[in-house]
Amino acid sequence: MHVFADPTNFDAYVSGFLWILKLTGASAVIALVIGVLLAAMRVSPVPVLRGFGAAWVNIFRNTPLTLVVFFCYFGLYVTLGLSLSQELDLNRYWLGVIGLSTYTSAFVCEAVRSGINTVPAGQAEAARAIGLSFAQTLRIVVLPQAARSVIAPFGSILIALCKNATIVGTIGLLESSNIMKDLINSNGDAVIPIFLVFAGTFAALLIPTGYFFGWLANRLAVKR
Amino acid sequence: MSTGSILYDHPGPRARARNAVLSVIFGIALLGLLYWIYTKFDQANQWEPRLWEPFTRSATWTQFILPGLWATLKAAGVGMVLSLAFGIVFSFGRLSDHWWISVPAGAVVEFFRAVPLLLMIFFIFYGVPFLIQGPVTAFWAVVIGLTLYNGSVLAEAFRAGIRSIPSGQSEAAYAIGMRKNQVMRIILLPQAARAMLPIIVSQLVVLLKDTALGYIVAYPELLQRGVNDLSANYGNIIAAAMVIAVIYIVINSLLTWFAGWLDQRSRVRAFRIPRQTGPAATAGATPGGDGTAVEPQG
Repeated sequence: MHVFADPTNFDAYVSGFLWILKLTGASAVIALVIGVLLAAMRVSPVPVLRGFGAAWVNIFRNTPLTLVVFFCYFGLYVTLGLSLSQELDLNRYWLGVIGLSTYTSAFVCEAVRSGINTVPAGQAEAARAIGLSFAQTLRIVVLPQAARSVIAPFGSILIALCKNATIVGTIGLLESSNIMKDLINSNGDAVIPIFLVFAGTFAALLIPTGYFFGWLANRLAVKR
Repeated sequence: MSTGSILYDHPGPRARARNAVLSVIFGIALLGLLYWIYTKFDQANQWEPRLWEPFTRSATWTQFILPGLWATLKAAGVGMVLSLAFGIVFSFGRLSDHWWISVPAGAVVEFFRAVPLLLMIFFIFYGVPFLIQGPVTAFWAVVIGLTLYNGSVLAEAFRAGIRSIPSGQSEAAYAIGMRKNQVMRIILLPQAARAMLPIIVSQLVVLLKDTALGYIVAYPELLQRGVNDLSANYGNIIAAAMVIAVIYIVINSLLTWFAGWLDQRSRVRAFRIPRQTGPAATAGATPGGDGTAVEPQG
C-alpha cells in the first residue's frame, strides 16, 4: 500500500476515477435521451424516421467503441477541427462523451424497443380505441409501462458504460486505466496491490449497482 | 410481434398524407444534415481522390487491411474457444453442491464481469511481466483479457441456461443412476448449449468488437493496421476509419443475423426448452433478447 501513501499517486487515483464518473454521468444522460428518441423513431409511422433509427442502431452497435472514440478524436477534432473546449483535457472529455453516448444510445434504443414489446397489445389497442394519437399512445400509455420493464437492461447498460469509459483513455485522457498503467510502470514491485485497488474500486462501484438495479427491477416489475 | 402495427391505426387518407409530409420534411432535414457533413468534410479536403485511391490498390489490402483482419479474427477465434471453456468450467463451479467450490467460482465470475476489459489488458500487458520476469505478447494480453471477461459473461449465460432446463430432465437422469457429474455433462450441458446458442453467437460479436482494444497495446489487429498504420502512410485517417468501420459492421451484422437465424430455428423446433424470457428473469445476467447483444461492451 506504500504506493497509495504517496499523495501524488493517491490524487492521481482519485482524479482518474472522477473522470470515469464524469464520463459515465454525462454520457448516461445524453445516451438516455437519444436512445429513447431513437426508439420512438423506430416504432413511428414515418418510414424515413424508422430507417434513420435502424441505420443508427446498426452502425453504432456493430462498430467497436474504440474505433468510435478514435474517430471522435482523430476525425472530428484533429482533421475536421471540431474543438469543444480550450482546455486540452476538457476537449478530450467532451469528445469522449460524444463517442460514448452515440455508441450507448444504440443499446438504449434496443432496450426500450424490447421494453415496448413487453407491453400487452391490448394497452395500445385500448389507447387507440379512445382516440389517442401515436405520440399520445406512446407517451401516456406505452412508454410509462415499458419503463418498468427496461430497468434491468438499463442497469446492465449503465454498468457497461462505466466500464467503457476507460476506453476514452485511448485519446489521452488520464482516466483510471491510464493512471493504473503509469503507476504499474513506475512501481514494478507493487503490481498486484495496484491492480487490486483499481479493479477493486470498479468492483465495489459496479457489483452493488448491479444488485441495486436487480432489486429495483423486481420491485417495479409489472405483475402480469 | 411487430410493434409498428399496434401502436397506430392503419393509416387512412389523411394519416397517409400526413406521414408523407412528415417523411418529406424529415427526409429533407436528413439530407441537409448529410450535406452539412459532406461540406464539412469537403472544407477539410477529405474527399480528395488521393485519400481514397489507396483502397483501390491491392498492396493496401495485402499489407494492411487483410493482415489486420486476420489478426482480429485470430484473437477473436482463440478468445472464443477459451471463453467457452472458461464459461463451462465456472458455470459448473457456480452450480456445485460444495460451497467451497461454488462461492469462489461465483466470486471470480462477479469480479471479472465488473472489471473493465482495458484495465485487465493493461494489467496483463504491463503488470504481469514484472511478476513472471518475462514479456507477455500483446496477442496473449488481448486474448487472456477477452477470455476472462467474456468467459465470465458466458458462465452466467450457461448458468441461466442450465437452470432453465425442466427439473424432470435431471430427476430422470438421477433416477437411472447417473452421478451429478454425468447429469451435468451428458444431460444438462448439451440442452443448455442449444438453448444458449444465440447468446453465445451474440457474445462472439461483443468479443470481436473488443479485439479492437488490442490497438491500445499495439497488437496489430484491424484498427491498428487498417486505420492507424495505413493512415500513417497515406494521411487519410477519416477515409481509413470509414472503410474499416464498414468491414466491422459487415462482419458483425452477419454474426448478428446468424444469431437471429439460430434463435428462429430453435423456436420452431417441436421439442424446445422453455427458456426464461422477460427482463425480470434475465436481470443483469444474460445479455438476452431477440438474438442480439444488449450489453454494450466495447
